[in-house]
Amino acid sequence: MARVVFDGVTKVYPGPVIAVDDLALEVADAEFLILVGPSGCGKSTALRMVAGLERISEGTITIGDRVVNDVPPKDRDIAMVFQNYALYPHMTVERNLGFGLRRRRTPRDDVRQRVDEVSRMLGLDELLRRRPGQLSGGQRQRVAMGRALVREPEVFLLDEPLSNLDAKLRVEMRSELKRLHDRIGVTTIYVTHDQVEAITLGDRIAVLSEGVLQQVGPPQDVYDHPANVFVAGFIGSPPMNLLKGRATGDRITVGDVELVDPQVSEGEVLVGIRPEGLRPVGEDHAGPVFDVCVDVVEPLGDEVLVHGSIEGPVADVRIRAEDEALLADGERDRARVTLRLPPEERPKPGSRLRVAIAQHTIRLFDPTTGLAIRPR
Amino acid sequence: MSTVTEAPVVPSRPDPRSLPGETGMVERPRRRFMPFDPWHLFLAPLAVVMLLPLVWMVVTSLETQAQTFHFPPILWPGTLRFENYVNVIRDSEFGTWFWNTTVVTVTIVLSNLVLCTLAAYAFARIRFLGRGVIYFVLLATLMVPLQVVLIPTFLIVKDLGLLDRLGALIVPHLASVFGIFMLTQFFRTLPIELEEAARIDGASRLSILVRIVVPLSLPALATLAVIQFMWTWNEFLWPLVTILTNQSAFTLQLGLATFQGAHQSQWHFVAAANIMSMVPILVLFLLAQRYFVRGIATQGLKG
Repeated sequence: MARVVFDGVTKVYPGPVIAVDDLALEVADAEFLILVGPSGCGKSTALRMVAGLERISEGTITIGDRVVNDVPPKDRDIAMVFQNYALYPHMTVERNLGFGLRRRRTPRDDVRQRVDEVSRMLGLDELLRRRPGQLSGGQRQRVAMGRALVREPEVFLLDEPLSNLDAKLRVEMRSELKRLHDRIGVTTIYVTHDQVEAITLGDRIAVLSEGVLQQVGPPQDVYDHPANVFVAGFIGSPPMNLLKGRATGDRITVGDVELVDPQVSEGEVLVGIRPEGLRPVGEDHAGPVFDVCVDVVEPLGDEVLVHGSIEGPVADVRIRAEDEALLADGERDRARVTLRLPPEERPKPGSRLRVAIAQHTIRLFDPTTGLAIRPR
Repeated sequence: MSTVTEAPVVPSRPDPRSLPGETGMVERPRRRFMPFDPWHLFLAPLAVVMLLPLVWMVVTSLETQAQTFHFPPILWPGTLRFENYVNVIRDSEFGTWFWNTTVVTVTIVLSNLVLCTLAAYAFARIRFLGRGVIYFVLLATLMVPLQVVLIPTFLIVKDLGLLDRLGALIVPHLASVFGIFMLTQFFRTLPIELEEAARIDGASRLSILVRIVVPLSLPALATLAVIQFMWTWNEFLWPLVTILTNQSAFTLQLGLATFQGAHQSQWHFVAAANIMSMVPILVLFLLAQRYFVRGIATQGLKG
């Protein structure tokens, strides 16, 4: 078992394009760490640098006690599962599983024994004589996992291993992966752009954007206390609602609604509220309420998502400038919000809702830097 | 054709109540005037034109010498003279020519498969200084016709002391730019992840080439083998230039030419020898055919 340490790791492609920028991150022994971010954020590049498939431009990567910058992939004691599985098409499942061991001159009997163990563990024993072309997507995925497991590596690297499966299989394999990791306890780095996978699988998640590490922490911490506006928007589906507000003394004004919050002193702030932090209330509710105009209602079975907008001179804050450009002029002074409601509540589009805010769920961000404002 | 037997076809109208997309699954019976595809009217005569020389050659090989000069050409000689074949084998050095050609061709095909694979893999996957320039220069040599380099190559072969020997035919063609080019392009289409996975699994460069790349490149290698075989087997000019007097080093194509004298050509022998010399190419083609199917290189990837 081994820990993996990124120390100031930078990857620059000719151009120059900075794919990963000064990444500092420590993955503990036996930890399941998720690298998550939108496509092109550098997460796969970071993983491939650990594998030795990309050279490191600056900084060091340590596996165990050894700096591996100049160690070839085969000597790093890692195993990797590729997004497209990369099974050898001309070999049977059995030979695919045993390829790595055979290349390391493992005695034939040991190879057979390891292949048997792993194929039993993954339910592949019936398929050993087949070739990848004769397997379903889920079976291929399992073989790819098996090929990595067989070698009993120090570190497991998984590059979006579930992204090519259909939705149902993905959920199944997700829990299977989790069980597998709990059982064998190998240090695992898992790359995904799917934040549901990230939250459900990881001991900790590391959020990347444009090559820069945004936040690392246990999934719930990252969800509850996003370090900046990007994380607030990326982790959680639907994302956190962000409203422009103004702090004066112990109050924050959002439009014409006043919230009591003693966290900040003065000036402009972004008020972040999770969709579940908003709930409809009756006319007699005391305390601050928003009037939400309902646009779209999405019943999801176990919950209902309500997309609407808040009246008043409140500017909508988007994560990206190009999203803002999409807004029609009339919409600029209406803030869009999303509510997560229990399934029995289903407001009609066009209707109005009185919505109260669970004040303890409010997070504040600095509108210029995007960073979270910590309580004083 | 089932459509021929159908009663005068009333084009079935799509049910007006159904949506356009719904009828898409059922193939509507098409009105046909002929019991075959109209394209056949064009293709069948073309096939005849293509086959005619071959048929004529077979017929000629079974005729007497007098019949070969008859005008208009005799398309059915009456008695089939199979002894023409026996005579060719008995009265000429056909066996020696055939053996020489086989040695030269097999050596060249095998060495091309090995050397072109090695070079092509380097061009496709290994980054080295000047890779692009060297590749470009190599490709440029493809544009130079054989006649231009005939004399310089002849001088090199002469300096190597290979004139009048089979070595003169083999050495200049041990590797070919065409083969390097073709395999490089093919290797570049193989999924790089397979090789990365093999690297992590502990395979060396050579091991990756032998165990991953080559097995996945069988269609390209088979194609190269057949093309190279045909070129070498049928090569005439280069053997004519380098095999000067030594009859025991004649190839088939040189030997076939000896049937055509300045004053008289024995067309029935030429045809019989030609047909026998075509057999290996036909056999190879039939054998290699099953590799010409679509490669399997992408079958190990996502579902």
